[in-house]
Amino acid sequence: MSATDGAPSTGTPLIAARGVTRILPGIVPTTLVHDVDLAIGENELVAITGPSGSGKSSLLYLLGLLDLPTAGEVLIRGRATAGMSEEERAHTRLATLGFVFQFHFLLPEFTVLDNVTLPMRALDALSPKAMRERGLDLLGSLGLGDHTAKRPDQLSGGQRQRVAVARALANDPPLVLADEPTGSLDSQASEQVFEILRDLVRTGGKTVVAVTHDLDIARRMDRRIALMDGAVVGDERVVVAPRRNMIIPGRTEGANPESSPG
Amino acid sequence: MSLVLDVALTHVRARARQTLVAVAGVATGVGFSIMMAALLQGSQQDFVRQLVNAMPHVAVSDERRAPPPQPAEQFYDAARIDGLKPEARRRGIKNPLATMASIESWAPGAIAPSVKVQGILRYSSRDVATSIVGIEPRREAAVSELPKQIRQGSLAALYSTTNAIILGDRLAEKIGARPGSKITVQTSDGIRLTAQVVGLFHAGVRSVDETTAYVLVKTGQILAGQTGLVNELRLRLADALAAPGTAARIERETGYKSVAWQEASEDLLNAFVIRNIIMYTVVGAILLVASFGTYNIISTITHEKARDIAIMKSLGLPERTVRRIFVLEAGIIGCFGAVLGFALGFGLCVALGSVEIRNPFTDVTHIPIAWSPLHYAMAAGVAVVSSLVAGFLPARRAARLHPVEIIRGAT
Ligand SMILES: Nc1ncnc2c1ncn2[C@@H]1O[C@H](COP(=O)(O)OP(=O)(O)OP(=O)(O)O)[C@@H](O)[C@H]1O
Ligand SMILES: [Mg+2]
Repeated sequence: MSATDGAPSTGTPLIAARGVTRILPGIVPTTLVHDVDLAIGENELVAITGPSGSGKSSLLYLLGLLDLPTAGEVLIRGRATAGMSEEERAHTRLATLGFVFQFHFLLPEFTVLDNVTLPMRALDALSPKAMRERGLDLLGSLGLGDHTAKRPDQLSGGQRQRVAVARALANDPPLVLADEPTGSLDSQASEQVFEILRDLVRTGGKTVVAVTHDLDIARRMDRRIALMDGAVVGDERVVVAPRRNMIIPGRTEGANPESSPG
Repeated sequence: MSLVLDVALTHVRARARQTLVAVAGVATGVGFSIMMAALLQGSQQDFVRQLVNAMPHVAVSDERRAPPPQPAEQFYDAARIDGLKPEARRRGIKNPLATMASIESWAPGAIAPSVKVQGILRYSSRDVATSIVGIEPRREAAVSELPKQIRQGSLAALYSTTNAIILGDRLAEKIGARPGSKITVQTSDGIRLTAQVVGLFHAGVRSVDETTAYVLVKTGQILAGQTGLVNELRLRLADALAAPGTAARIERETGYKSVAWQEASEDLLNAFVIRNIIMYTVVGAILLVASFGTYNIISTITHEKARDIAIMKSLGLPERTVRRIFVLEAGIIGCFGAVLGFALGFGLCVALGSVEIRNPFTDVTHIPIAWSPLHYAMAAGVAVVSSLVAGFLPARRAARLHPVEIIRGAT
């Protein structure tokens, strides 16, 4: 497979878009995303910005394999996704992608813990006991240790969004996609969720791609991709002078050996 | 617990009331189907049992199906005979004892001869036209229910005096005769004798009880004016269902018209076929209607849960899993409905079985109910399968749902 040519960084990008276009069919076809080329590597913290209606959500759904491009292709670790069956795509999503939406989108009839273990059960790679422990660990590390048996409607907005993050991390995916994860939260809760996402990159070795309207938050990300009318109009990297290698103890469930020697 | 089962149970439990309505729908369908089947099959079995008991399994009469061929017809290929009066045959089965012995040698069952004569009973100046049947009491017990139907006296009492006669109870009532009465019997050929009533029987069928009298074969032969006459052989077989084959063989071997009970009551049995078609149609319709309830609730759940479906699919649950969740929910409803329906059906059958029917023509009877596990299995099978089908349609639609459309709509 000759999938690595256009990648800006070294090696195969974690996720790449090649000429991705999405047109909604209709009497007047709407172009949601127009000819987007992107390559996002391991351990990046990326913001997608742009005015309302510029196609940010649409692009994220395409990257997250929730939607299929009209033209172009999305590659995950160099692997084309267009030819995948529905089942393969679902499995890829389950194992390599974590999604966080603006509204938490938790299942209302399940407890917080059951919501978090749901993707693990769908993947079925751990024993039920290990799933439970991992779910409790994740919730504990996000400050929700006391709420695991509650139902989502018994939590605050910020807490729910953290549960959604925990669920996105359930199967320890290398990539987390977030669509305005702080959009419905007040500034304090927003800050908390942002810090969690940032730590996923800094200490968890993950890549986080987050759509955000919040310019202050966007400014604190490593890379900002700007959209306008469905097309990429800007892609800037913040060069953080000497990139400190923070190591926070106690959050090592990812066990990512590649992230430290960088 | 598997994820699919867990989600399915959660959905079903969260809609307890709706689920109960759907379960009750299926249960009602199953219960009434079981009752219908038990009732229809029960009454049919009962009817056939009465029919089979009331008549000989095979009746061999001294008639032939076709008139005997004329000598000219045997001789020439084409012969037309005008103005010929067919030769009057001597009545009766030839050599009845030898014929009976030969049939008995191969047909498992019992056989009894009889003589049928039409006559008039006269007692205290009242006349009633009567079928007088000459029987052999010893053999009769093996081929008919008559011994059990004797109300006064006994069948053996026919041997006790000369010209003893046993009357149907309604017949006796009509002419005012009682056991011990001496009545006059007269035939169309002018033969007349005095008989003594030695017993009464009650067959439970008005037309029989009003018009039948039994005498000994010997007496019957005197009334018929022909010694040694036997004009009917009646068989009761070990296996009532073997009657048609046995009848055909007797007819082949003896040439006498032999009628199996199935042939004699062909119209009735045809009516049963129609009844069964009606029954299965009605039962099917009941269960189909019940499955609409299942379809309804699964549709409702999939609509209400569109967001949850989108969430699960966006997390990476494949269509197959989502579809299974809702088909399983339908299956749960179907199974609970079937089990409750068993209880309902059983209860209805017990209740119906205890109802007494009073009918002026017959004795007090109970509604006949057939108990068969097959009814339960069939009703449950149809209910569960139709629930699964009813669940599958909305489940498939739900599984195909595009998560992005829901997620966009919600934000
Ligand atoms: N179902 C649809 N039918 C028609 N047009 C649509 C549909 N969904 C989205 N669009 C249009 O597609 C464009 C991109 O929408 P998208 O939701 O990706 O924008 P966005 O950048 O996420 O906006 P926001 O910041 O408001 O969430 C918009 O102009 C929108 O009006
Ligand atoms: Mg959006």
